[in-house]
Amino acid sequence: MSLKGRDIISIRDLTKDDIELVLNTAEKMEPYARGEKISKLMEGKILETLFFEPSTRTRLSFTSAMQRLGGAVMGFSGTSITSITKGENLTDTIRTVERYCDMIVMRHPMEGSTRLAAEVSSKPVINAGDGGNQHPTQTLLDLYTIKKVKGKIKGLDVVLLGDLKYARTMRSLSFALAMFDANITFVSPKGLEMSKDILTEIEDISGKKPIQTNEIEAGLKKADVIYICRIQKERFEGAKYFDQTFYGVPVRMALLSLISGVI
Amino acid sequence: MGEELKVKKIKDGTVIDHIMAGRGKKVLDILGIGDGYPNTIALLMNVSSERIGHKDILKIENRTLKKEEVDKIALVAPNATWNVIKDFKIMKKSKIELPDILEGVLKCPNPKCVTNSDEPMTTKFMVEEKQPVRLRCNYCERLIDLKDVL
Repeated sequence: MSLKGRDIISIRDLTKDDIELVLNTAEKMEPYARGEKISKLMEGKILETLFFEPSTRTRLSFTSAMQRLGGAVMGFSGTSITSITKGENLTDTIRTVERYCDMIVMRHPMEGSTRLAAEVSSKPVINAGDGGNQHPTQTLLDLYTIKKVKGKIKGLDVVLLGDLKYARTMRSLSFALAMFDANITFVSPKGLEMSKDILTEIEDISGKKPIQTNEIEAGLKKADVIYICRIQKERFEGAKYFDQTFYGVPVRMALLSLISGVI
Repeated sequence: MGEELKVKKIKDGTVIDHIMAGRGKKVLDILGIGDGYPNTIALLMNVSSERIGHKDILKIENRTLKKEEVDKIALVAPNATWNVIKDFKIMKKSKIELPDILEGVLKCPNPKCVTNSDEPMTTKFMVEEKQPVRLRCNYCERLIDLKDVL
């Protein structure tokens, strides 16, 4: 099993073994992510961060991850200073910029844009969010956070609460939780429920029917983990928001070094 | 006329047989064949069939099918048979089967999908299940409702 040279576009591209490899490697990366140990693992390698849409945590944690491993980062955030304003399409942009780097991290508003980039590029592409579709590295660090806090994922009662219809993290996280045999409850306001096809897929993967409810109290009754979207979770006492923000670095260090084949 | 079909053979063209009863009109729609077509079209509906109970049959004079059209027909008429007719004879007979991947056949109904932008690319759908048909866009990963694409 190896992630060397792979594109990470969707959580669907990863097996449970792949995810476990990333999570276990992330654990080893933590002292380097904190700056307690120094690493030159990615020395001489260049990561390109192409952010066609704004981002704070994802872009900066990828930058931190690469630099903590001794690698270099280049790229852009926003398209105003690129040739895209001159009408260059995404395909040509990728064909151009892949010549300058060893790996690409990309966020783009069009759904499927990162899959297209991966097809065009000979260098590995990591999806940092393609519109409302996927954000696989967010899912990896969500799983890592759950594992750090609870010690395991299997068998946990996990409640996904909020806008389940449009939030991309909800879809990919529920998919991954099903792979790890967690018990999933979806709680949302009416009209923002998780789509039926995702419910069916989750049942296909885990063999367990997820619970879907609009009743918040019923949903939260025996939750081990509550994952909330579109609410200012940093305001909640005991929330793991800032820990989760840090965990983005070791998880991305793990992913970058596994994909580049240096470990 | 007894059991004899009431339609003459065509000299050159295409015959699609064993279409599920009621789907023949949809196959014509897929082929974009309508009122203005200059040659003979025969659509036989609800014909008795030993194999599938009742079936539709479509005969189109002077028309061949492209691969993309056959793939698209497979979505509404799986297991139909496709006959190429030349000089009243069947030159080639094959079963219409849904491939595992549909490329360049359908347009993704998701307006936010990259395939609906100006990128020089073709659409690609993964056929996750054939009966009933379940399609997923390879790019935006949406499950596709056939009603939205046919």
